[in-house]
Amino acid sequence: MKKQTMMTCIMCPMGCQLVVDSSGKELKVSGNTCIRGENYAKEEMTSPKRIVTALVKTSFGVLPVKTTKPVPKSMIFDVVREVNKISLKTGKMGDVVIKNVLGLDADIVITGNKVDDRI
Amino acid sequence: MKYDVVVIGGGPAGMSAGVESSRNGAKTLIIERNPFLGGILKQCIHNGFGLHYFKEEFTGPEYAQKFIELVNKEKNLDVLTNTFVTKIDGTNVEITTEFGKKVVEAKALVLAMGCRERTAGNILLTGSRPSGIFTAGEAQRLVNIQGKLPGKNVVVLGSGDIGLVMARRLTLQGASVKAVLEINPTTSGLRRNIVQCLEDFNIPLLLKTTIFEVVGKNRVEGVYYGSVDERYNKIEATKKFLPCDTIILSVGLVPETDLIDMQINPKTKSVFVNDYLQSEKEGVFVCGNVLHVHDLVDNVSMEGALAGKNASDYALNRLKKGKQYALSHSTEISYTVPTMIHSGEGTAVIKFRVRTKITKSYFVLKNAKGEVVAKKYVMACLPGEMQTFEVDRSLINSNLVLEVAGL
Repeated sequence: MKKQTMMTCIMCPMGCQLVVDSSGKELKVSGNTCIRGENYAKEEMTSPKRIVTALVKTSFGVLPVKTTKPVPKSMIFDVVREVNKISLKTGKMGDVVIKNVLGLDADIVITGNKVDDRI
Repeated sequence: MKYDVVVIGGGPAGMSAGVESSRNGAKTLIIERNPFLGGILKQCIHNGFGLHYFKEEFTGPEYAQKFIELVNKEKNLDVLTNTFVTKIDGTNVEITTEFGKKVVEAKALVLAMGCRERTAGNILLTGSRPSGIFTAGEAQRLVNIQGKLPGKNVVVLGSGDIGLVMARRLTLQGASVKAVLEINPTTSGLRRNIVQCLEDFNIPLLLKTTIFEVVGKNRVEGVYYGSVDERYNKIEATKKFLPCDTIILSVGLVPETDLIDMQINPKTKSVFVNDYLQSEKEGVFVCGNVLHVHDLVDNVSMEGALAGKNASDYALNRLKKGKQYALSHSTEISYTVPTMIHSGEGTAVIKFRVRTKITKSYFVLKNAKGEVVAKKYVMACLPGEMQTFEVDRSLINSNLVLEVAGL
């Protein structure tokens, strides 16, 4: 059985339409015009990762947070759910609010202070 | 109050201009209408900022903080927040604060007011006007600053970057994004955002598609949508109904030129500048999204620094320019900033966008005799991506044309 996945390369503005054939032992990438496309496709197929940003509740509103490292794409919603469970009394930029979230080797850290919102 | 340089706007362009002006030895003031510096970056909590400028990836608030710290470090640099500029008179500005009106005198002015979102009225969105229609930036503010969800079932109209980013954010915050509709055959957002904001979450992107009619009395109840032909006429036979309670508009940005009394370039919807980012008005420099809408904040910061440097040189009588020539462009290019360019010392930076996707070509700068002054190879570029072209001013001795040439 031939297993093919289509994707657009985002390594440069070329935007090559990549086809990844995963029917054999090794992934075969076609449609790319350089090695970066092949590497991108293989990583997207085997272990796609993303930095996740979210909002943490505090006693004075919400603060922005992020994962300190990219986490597996399949875990994005789980990570956001963990952040949503928290409610902080205080918090400021740089504070770690969850250490090693879900064992993914990334912390959840506050990325901004409270924004003065009187307008 | 008297300053060498006054900067209007404390977003990324204004902060960068202010820091550079101060470093260059000019007594500088940044005027900001919000209670804080940082501009729209404060609500852009996603990451991806700074890869070009800092060689590191930051979220919007982190990128802003980097510059706020630089501003705070400068001894020559003052900041006025909660302050509106209500009039520009030459290089002097009238400000309005909670204490009343005042005039600030300056030798040079940097305009860095950013841009505005186009609204439902701007794009003549047809149908009723119930609650539940937001621009992407308004929705972003509601979610990321105020911690409120604007709706549960969302349709995004337009594929600008803020719309794409909001499609992801609303999904992560628990809303269901039904589709992103784009009237053009290509998206206007960065490809990275198409992949990481839409494809990652299986949000459909419908091209050559738009809203035919908004339905709803008190709250949005849905939209009639369908395809358009090459001339953007609605094809009635394709009309379908999509229930939703919220419409997010991401249909373009327009420079904030309300305070500016100068000739407007219809292509950029802003003023004309030369390669020193100086406008037609003596001593008035322009940078950032008020000059032309940028793709990346990194480019805004760099342009701001250039405007700050030149404005402070001007204020301190150090700006030495050669002869001025006109810069035009071929039809493959939609605009250039600047439109006037000088001979002399240093490097002139030309920024521009292409009209359609271009692959494996050269950008070529020709003089009046048709000779090539400078050229740059381009592997591929899209209309959504801003291009930069540098030229040594010593090579300039006539009017110039920027063209696209095959291999």
